Amino acid sequence: MNPYPLIVEMLQIATLIVLAPAFVGWVRTLKCWAQGRTSAGLFQPYRDLDKLFSKDILLPENASWIFRFTPYLVFGTMVLAGGIIPILSIDLPLAPTADVIVIVALFAIGRFFTALAGMDIGTAFGGMGSSREMMIASLAEPAMLMAIFTVSLANKSTSLSQIVHVIYSGQSVLRPSLSFALLAFILIALAETGRIPVDNPSTHLELTMIHEAMILEYSGRHLALIEWAGMMKLFLFVMMGMALFAPWGIAPRGDIAAIPYALVITALKLGVMGIVIVSIETGLAKMRLFRLTEFLGAAFLLATLGMLSYFILD
Amino acid sequence: MFKFYMPVNVASHIISFLAALVLLTAFGMLVQKRIYGLIRLFTWQGLFLSLNTAFVGYVANKHHLYISALLTLSLKVILLPYILHILIQRLKIRKEVETIVNVPMTMLIGIALVILSYHLTAPIRELSNLTTRSTLAVALATVMLGLLMMITRKHAVTEIMGFLAMENGLFFAATSATYGMPLVVEFGVAFDLLMAAFIFGIFFFQINTAFDSLSVEQMARLKEDD
Amino acid sequence: MIFTPDFKLAVGPIEIAAASISMLFVVALLAALLKNSQRLAITLSFFLAAVASLLSVIAGIWAVGSGTTNQIVLLIGLPDLPFHMRLDPLAGFFLTVIGALSFFVSVYSIGYVKGYLGHRSVTSLVIFYCLFLAGMFMVVLADDALFFLVSWEIMAAASYFLVIFENERVENRRAAFLYLVVAHVGAIAILLSFGVLAGFAKGPGNFGGYTFDAMRQAHFPVEWATVAFLLAFFGFAAKAGVVPLHVWLPEAHPVAPSNVSALMSGVMLKTAIYGIIRITFDLIRVFPWWWGAVVLILGLLSAVMGVLYALMQHDLKKLLAYHSVENIGIILIGVGLAMIFTSFNQPLYAALALIAGLYHTMNHAVFKGLLFMGAGAVIHATNERNMEEMGGLIHHMPWTATLFLVGCISISALPPFNGFVSEWLTFQALLLSPSLPSPLMKLLIPMGAALLALTGALAAACFVKAFGVTFLGHWRGHHNPHAHEANWPMRLGMLMAALTCLGLGVLPTFFIEWMDVIAEQFVGSKLAASASIHGWMWLTPVSYHRASYSGVIVLLGILIVISAVYLFLHVKPGAIRRVPIWDCGFEKINQRMQYNATSFAMPIRRIFGFLFNVREEVNVVPHAGHKAFPKRLNYRLRIRDRLWNWIYKPIVGISFWVSRKVGKLQQGRIQIYLLYSFITIIILLIFVR
Repeated sequence: MNPYPLIVEMLQIATLIVLAPAFVGWVRTLKCWAQGRTSAGLFQPYRDLDKLFSKDILLPENASWIFRFTPYLVFGTMVLAGGIIPILSIDLPLAPTADVIVIVALFAIGRFFTALAGMDIGTAFGGMGSSREMMIASLAEPAMLMAIFTVSLANKSTSLSQIVHVIYSGQSVLRPSLSFALLAFILIALAETGRIPVDNPSTHLELTMIHEAMILEYSGRHLALIEWAGMMKLFLFVMMGMALFAPWGIAPRGDIAAIPYALVITALKLGVMGIVIVSIETGLAKMRLFRLTEFLGAAFLLATLGMLSYFILD
Repeated sequence: MFKFYMPVNVASHIISFLAALVLLTAFGMLVQKRIYGLIRLFTWQGLFLSLNTAFVGYVANKHHLYISALLTLSLKVILLPYILHILIQRLKIRKEVETIVNVPMTMLIGIALVILSYHLTAPIRELSNLTTRSTLAVALATVMLGLLMMITRKHAVTEIMGFLAMENGLFFAATSATYGMPLVVEFGVAFDLLMAAFIFGIFFFQINTAFDSLSVEQMARLKEDD
Repeated sequence: MIFTPDFKLAVGPIEIAAASISMLFVVALLAALLKNSQRLAITLSFFLAAVASLLSVIAGIWAVGSGTTNQIVLLIGLPDLPFHMRLDPLAGFFLTVIGALSFFVSVYSIGYVKGYLGHRSVTSLVIFYCLFLAGMFMVVLADDALFFLVSWEIMAAASYFLVIFENERVENRRAAFLYLVVAHVGAIAILLSFGVLAGFAKGPGNFGGYTFDAMRQAHFPVEWATVAFLLAFFGFAAKAGVVPLHVWLPEAHPVAPSNVSALMSGVMLKTAIYGIIRITFDLIRVFPWWWGAVVLILGLLSAVMGVLYALMQHDLKKLLAYHSVENIGIILIGVGLAMIFTSFNQPLYAALALIAGLYHTMNHAVFKGLLFMGAGAVIHATNERNMEEMGGLIHHMPWTATLFLVGCISISALPPFNGFVSEWLTFQALLLSPSLPSPLMKLLIPMGAALLALTGALAAACFVKAFGVTFLGHWRGHHNPHAHEANWPMRLGMLMAALTCLGLGVLPTFFIEWMDVIAEQFVGSKLAASASIHGWMWLTPVSYHRASYSGVIVLLGILIVISAVYLFLHVKPGAIRRVPIWDCGFEKINQRMQYNATSFAMPIRRIFGFLFNVREEVNVVPHAGHKAFPKRLNYRLRIRDRLWNWIYKPIVGISFWVSRKVGKLQQGRIQIYLLYSFITIIILLIFVR
């Protein structure tokens, strides 16, 4: 048996786990620069995680097994998704496990349990976070599916590795439909990963937080796992976007030599995407909760226009 | 020279891209709430339209289209936005534009209109053999979206924006269906448009002084049985 | 399933099914005899009902697995039209689904119905339960219009008596009456539809035309076929609770005892799906594409509206009942797409859509049954149906909570459980719409996919609410909870259903291969050739390159990562201390400050509220004249179905008007009645002359 794909798989998961905090560190550093503050450096997220892992857990009195199970589950779904989304190579043994729709559902199962954990402790904050998170998710999902649909029209597949493969073989060119889908995807990714203007990852102001409200009662290694999973989610959404729209750099089938090159390109892409995220986040203010229907409605509109223009114009 | 090296299929690719952008700006105008944003979007639409006309001219090898592209550029990208700016400054409009139907609903209706226009233009697509035949649906959709905008907005200035967007759609339709109207007609239309803008402007001043508001709903007060 | 019995009287699947039905009738009789020893009656009858259900499952699996069709003609029936029974793979599939859930529920009922002991006599519950099961089995086995309608009526009447079992409450009687009315309006439509079909099968007046075999061989003019289809679809849609004919469903299902609700929502609705498939794909066979579009559009409407209605509820069982509307919608999306693909002659895609619909039929039966059983356990334990009065039950009833959670995950279409597989297959079928020749279909069907995605996400939101408010947090109620865990038969029934959910989710290829014969028979293509060609682990509808899914690997992958992380972190674990929650220094946090069902759904209610008739009232009782510091806040929320006002109120008004007019005929004087008879005779004589 050819051991190569297995090694790539391991390497890719390791890349995800190791690099995700650095990416968040990079985004935070850029943000500090953009706002004229001194940054804590690229490695601050690692230090935060390390600190959290070494701390004791303060468990709310009312917490059931769901509260304790959720961090592990969320971490698990992210790692599994990292084994499927092509980051370094498309030669992944796990790739056929899931197409894009399944990956979206994998994220959804993490969200489902996080929302339950928010309800578990019986505070107003937890319920508020859960309620809002589920509302945003239900508006983001149709737009997400429409964007996926548009991409799958152009590439005749919903499997990420296959989409990358088709783009490599030159059967797909830059079309209006794909650029609409890309714009829609960016908006949805901002919503799904809880960035400004949908949610503010660094706020702990009671009335505006969404994701933070759900995980307010977590501490110690539980919190560390949830935080780490959140970083991986951001990383994975960037990688998913890359695989769908700009896969160049990911190693094609059976090409071992391209792996180091892929690593470098991945790092470069992350660097650029960090700049994009920060410019969006500094350029926009957080929206009111009920303005989000318009934001996500715009995402849906863009994705739908993508689908329509595939049929009308391409 | 750039234009001699560009293969025709790349140009037609660009045409469909520009058509998509025209459609996007039409949708943008439909949901934009700020009046300056509306004008900016209208300017962009004019720019895409004029570029599109130029590219169609290149693909179809019809040189008179370059002139109408230039005409569009000067009229819809420079002159009309300028007039509208002046108008708004004189009228001291600051607040956001009110809509009658809520934004997501307007979007859904808009999408339905795009699908409808695709359906309506299907027979023409079958008959025509022009490279631009696929953009006809977009042109029709732009007209319909402009009309929809006129229906869903209350403010008089947005009414004229909707009217201008509609005219953009008609111009676009002419370009994509028959590679443009004769130049004389286009000049005439352009001139009419300019006149319309002036007349609208004068009208607005009158409405504003008469009703102290630019909401067209005030016009209901003109009914005698009130 | 390939074994040939040696004994002389050859026993086929249909004989087993018939035995199962007769057994249920005998059990009903037995229950009537055991009136005086209720405890024994419950244990014995539900045990025997479980055995009978198991027999049906065996018959069904056998019939589908062997792909054969068996027919028998019964000795009862009308003189010219004896009852025909037929067990083909489609009937076998539905027999399996109904039988499987009946089995779980019968086991559950052994424990559940004992809760009524000492309160009321359960004899009628047991009798009608058995008749209800027998009615459902007979509906799918019937092979002529008469037998079908007789079975249909047995099923409807038995379920009516089950709904009205707790008849002391006014709303229960009202709900049951509404149910009866809608069921009969539907039944009339189905009867008329069969009449039209029979008329063309053998000509009017010939009873032979009423057998399904005659209809199968007939050719129908397209306009009459359309009439028959629309009538039948109306009738079956009324039974299935398709929007806008859904109003009875959320009234009637929740008031029945929970084991019956599980069966009604889980499988009784499926007989309507069976009817739609039977009429279109089997009896009429050739149909224009727009029939499929009608089914698809109503399916989408039901899916979205059903889940939105469900989100607005705070009655646990009503919420689940509305989710039945949603899931029937999802099933109809699959069926409608299959019809569209069939009429455009794309058998492989039609097979995918049909299998997706059927798979969801099976999944919904299992998880909805599980959820209603769980709700029954909760209501049994708390005497409360209102979720606002619940909370924290996971600490009192850990088994029920965990099993209910499995149902929640399944219905929310999350991997690796079963609801996801069928929804994923439906998505794949929707994504194949670009292959259709009609440009309008190409553009519109993706919108359907977006609506389905919306439905799925809203369902997840709804079940976070349902589970979170019922089982998590603190007890919200006013009286002290004395909740207790469900007893063992109930746990066993739920456990089996939960394991089936997992099995259907993880090993879809086995089930798809098993039921593939139905697709082959009706749309002329097999799915398994492409769906499981890469081994049992990989589900690849259409082709490996297009899309693939492996429930096993998702399940194992997550479990491996979780255990690895858990072990890694527990080499040298930090201590865990139980502490009070963070209260922002307020110190007076109580359980009424938690989010409840109404507040959880508030953002979604605000966004989609325009679809409903929502009225909110907030009354502030100011404290010492300051409105900012109210002494008390009263909040009232009333949500009504707009469709009730738009459609049903006028109909009710018209019927009352008509009945008042007709009522004038009743004068109470004998001479007038004699005059009526006289006039009738004269008119008849004139016409018959």
